[in-house]
Amino acid sequence: MRTHLVLGLAATLVTTGVLADVVAPGDVVFVEGAVEAPLTGVRGDPKAGRAVFANRKQGNCLACHVNGDLAELGFHGEVGPALDGVARRWSQAELRGIVTNSKMMFEGTIMPAFYIDSGYGRPLESFAGKSILTAQQVEDVVAYLLTLKEE
Amino acid sequence: MISGRFLIVLAIAAAGAATAQDDNVLVVEGAQLVTETRAPAHIEHVGTIYSGWRFRSGETQVLQTDDFENPAMIFVDQAMDLWDKVDGEAGKACASCHENVAQFAGLRTRLPRVKNGELVTMENLINACRTGRMKAVPWKWSEGKMTAMTALIGLQSRGMPINVAIDGPAASFWEKGREIYYTPVGQLQMACANCHEDNYGLMIRADHLSQGQSNGFPTYRLKNAKLNSIHGRFRGCMKNIRAIPYKEGSDEFKALELYLASRGQGLSVETPSVRN
Ligand code: HEC
Ligand code: HEC
Repeated sequence: MRTHLVLGLAATLVTTGVLADVVAPGDVVFVEGAVEAPLTGVRGDPKAGRAVFANRKQGNCLACHVNGDLAELGFHGEVGPALDGVARRWSQAELRGIVTNSKMMFEGTIMPAFYIDSGYGRPLESFAGKSILTAQQVEDVVAYLLTLKEE
Repeated sequence: MISGRFLIVLAIAAAGAATAQDDNVLVVEGAQLVTETRAPAHIEHVGTIYSGWRFRSGETQVLQTDDFENPAMIFVDQAMDLWDKVDGEAGKACASCHENVAQFAGLRTRLPRVKNGELVTMENLINACRTGRMKAVPWKWSEGKMTAMTALIGLQSRGMPINVAIDGPAASFWEKGREIYYTPVGQLQMACANCHEDNYGLMIRADHLSQGQSNGFPTYRLKNAKLNSIHGRFRGCMKNIRAIPYKEGSDEFKALELYLASRGQGLSVETPSVRN
């Protein structure tokens, strides 16, 4: 606990102002799987979100989802539903909940929780204690998902 | 041989897009192998089991139908040389104690199995001979000589049904393997079952998910152009979900190997198989 605090403090000092507005993974409030409040004070950027969505080391969402908006990248996965028109099916708060921790919305789903930093077993050392995406990347992906209006 | 290959090419033309397993028939050197059968009673969520061969592309499939085409056979040839090669302080080769390798027909179908309270795999048996009888250094779990020798001995059982014991002294190992199979791990929080039981037949990005059967191991992968041990594959799958893999040869991976083999009871041994 102590080390945790000290480390947290050091990080805040370095990036003062930015981190202050970030909701930590453990502090995210879910209501029926949805997350109303933004995870950061910086509005999500759909263009950045599109890149995070496609990046294999970040969202890697294409591993499981077909997305017509990224047709230029081949090999979309089929494990989850196609995300075309997803903005018509879910609200911003619901999408934020799904990307933050899909297991709060879909019990037992294979979809990874992208913004948790504990609760998983045997993480590879370089990922231990970390979330897959940063708070800002979650906001960016949510902003991007909100642009997917066409079925 | 030729007829076997033709059969496949024709069937592929009819099959169409890659959803679920295909209907192709695996004929290797004129003999038909079982790539599909009723799931054993102990599997709850799957009615039919399929070899991983059924999920591969036609170009990959065909490589396994003819031993001249199968790139794994180079390593089997190397293992035949190792079979006769004297190694270690006792001045012996495998051939000094075993008349011929064909006498091991059937062995691959029953491994891993319990011996004196321990779960032993093909690698364990080979290294027991090396250290005990030959007084030679043991081979590493996935080194080239080991995977070559497990391929040569496994090949003697090709076409025979997987038939591991899971009761009696094997029961506790089997339970442990099952627990590992269903426990989510890694930053991605996934279990083997998430991909290979719940989602087989679907594409995960560019990969066509199979049931993760072990009947083809060691497997020649086009990706790395060598033979791959089953524990090596477990490592790869665990690292992909950002989990610390267990060690090759560990109790955990041996238990998982037994459990996985039991999920493939009745499928033909395909050793050495070809995958991408
Ligand atoms: C390993 C597979 C996997 C990955 C990776 C994955 N998802 Fe999902 N996703 C699913 C599945 C499966 C569902 C359906 C929920 C369920 O029933 O489990 C789903 C559901 C969704 C939904 C609701 C869709 C609808 O129409 O109901 C959204 C939105 C979504 N995912 C977004 C994402 C985003 C964004 C990413 C990457 C940041 C992502 N997913 C990564 C498997 C995945
Ligand atoms: C995120 C998905 C995923 C998870 C989780 C996963 N695997 Fe795999 N596995 C794959 C993919 C993709 C392949 C290559 C295509 C195929 O055969 O399914 C594969 C291949 C295999 C194969 C080779 C099958 C063959 O015919 O050559 C085995 C065996 C296997 N996995 C076992 C396991 C075990 C045991 C676990 C748990 C420790 C596991 N996998 C977890 C995705 C996964």
